[in-house]
Amino acid sequence: MKPRLIAIAALAAGVVLAMPHHAAAQTPVDTEKELEKYRQMMSDPMSNPGFLNVDRGEALWGTKRGTKNVSLETCDLGKGPGKLEGAYAELPRYFADTDKVMDLEQRLKHCMEAIQGLDTADVVKRRFGREGQISDMEDLVAFIANKSSGMKFNPQVTHPKEKEAYAVGEALFYRRSDFMDFSCSTCHSEDDRRIRLQGLPNLVKAKGKDVQATMGSWPTYRVSQSQLRTMQHRLWDCYRQMRTPEPVYLSEGLTALTLFLVKQAEGGELQVPSIKR
Amino acid sequence: MKKHLTLAMFALLALPAAQAQDKPKVNAATLEKYTRAMWPKTPDGWEKRITYDETQAICSQYRNELPQAEFEKVKARELATVKLPADGNVLGDWKKGRSTANNGRGGTFTDRPMENGANCYACHQMDKAELSYGTLGPSLLNYGKDRKFAPEEARATYAKIYNSMAVFPCSSMPRFGYHGFLTEAQMKDLTAFLFDPESPVNK
Ligand code: HEC
Ligand code: HEC
Repeated sequence: MKPRLIAIAALAAGVVLAMPHHAAAQTPVDTEKELEKYRQMMSDPMSNPGFLNVDRGEALWGTKRGTKNVSLETCDLGKGPGKLEGAYAELPRYFADTDKVMDLEQRLKHCMEAIQGLDTADVVKRRFGREGQISDMEDLVAFIANKSSGMKFNPQVTHPKEKEAYAVGEALFYRRSDFMDFSCSTCHSEDDRRIRLQGLPNLVKAKGKDVQATMGSWPTYRVSQSQLRTMQHRLWDCYRQMRTPEPVYLSEGLTALTLFLVKQAEGGELQVPSIKR
Repeated sequence: MKKHLTLAMFALLALPAAQAQDKPKVNAATLEKYTRAMWPKTPDGWEKRITYDETQAICSQYRNELPQAEFEKVKARELATVKLPADGNVLGDWKKGRSTANNGRGGTFTDRPMENGANCYACHQMDKAELSYGTLGPSLLNYGKDRKFAPEEARATYAKIYNSMAVFPCSSMPRFGYHGFLTEAQMKDLTAFLFDPESPVNK
């Protein structure tokens, strides 16, 4: 670990302690003020441990691995082989070589297998980092998404398969199912709603400030989990709260939902990796 | 129940918007292809919790704003599922109800098997002293008191918890009894939490 990053990690740990962990003695308004203060602290890029993932991701991108012992540097993320600038702002998108709409993680898995000859079972097993387990995917996404930071989303919904994925994503957003009859829209279709004290972004209002700020802030370093997380993890976590079974990592439905959300956020600006609760 | 009538009328007013949406852009078979790939197998013991029933399908299709004919159809279908306690007593222990209402644990794919918490506070204000409440549903402060603690209101509330859609089709509120998410004893405790004169909800 680089010294700069050790300092950053220590700083973030301090912030966790400063967080109000129970709101019992506060009115919701006070709590909202506390959270705002916290959000300001968190958006200081110098104190964001997510940049540790960016650095590790950069190193991994250039590392020779797999049976072919080559790096990922020729991987085409949609803008041409090895071209990273702006790639994340246009994902998920259709790729002719696989005849599929893919998000960044699906595409990376494809490149690991096709270019490097890497057995990705272990990469998939380590998809979500935790204490003592680093996730290659989280590191690579942090690095690659950061190359689109400051750019605006430019969602691709022109190829018929992109159009299908978008429509499926929209339908999934409204699809109520299982034990609690929840759909994404149950919690994310109005302004200024909250569940307990947790503010809920309105993801339904196209080009709205909520959906643009939300989508423009992933991947994010989640202080409550001490890990950088990608949209795959966020959707996993929302389905968990919805009491569905665990959705399959990198399944096409998750990509479809992501495409729908990115399209909703069209024109919004990426500032990533961000840092949040 | 005045409130519910108002909600029903509101749903009728929303009719024109609903009709504009009645053509899904994706057919059911395509959508199912995707959901099957997201959840290829049912985990052991989850058979009853994995559903995409007729009501869920129609609420999804119309984005919860049903045309009147569908509204009545769903309401009748859901009403037929409601089971009141055999002895007719819907009031349990309000203190247990308070903790069940506050408990948001249980039922996720990362939880061990346990009794599910109802987590009513996720969406409702209930007891003034509990400040950590959500705003997806209306405040339930003074719920029993406002209804004069009437036994028929308490029974209607038990039924609402059992199956919210028997009262208001496509409600955001889960159908707790219909899905077996909560037990009869838990639903009685929750009804008591709303209807006992000693409960902090009514203080
Ligand atoms: C039961 C309520 C609930 C449901 C249903 C739900 N979510 Fe969430 N969602 C939340 C909560 C709570 C958060 C966390 C908000 C926070 O931390 O500020 C959240 C956060 C998010 C975020 C990130 C917000 C941010 O600002 O970073 C996205 C994106 C999201 N949800 C998408 C979805 C999608 C897509 C679905 C359907 C698959 C869904 N949610 C279903 C409650 C829900
Ligand atoms: C996901 C959010 C959600 C959860 C969780 C939830 N509710 Fe609701 N509830 C609502 C909404 C929205 C309404 C208003 C629409 C309706 O009447 O169905 C409502 C309505 C009600 C009403 C009728 C209010 C009236 O106007 O007369 C009662 C009573 C009620 N809820 C009790 C409960 C109880 C008890 C629990 C916990 C077991 C609970 N709710 C959990 C969302 C929720």
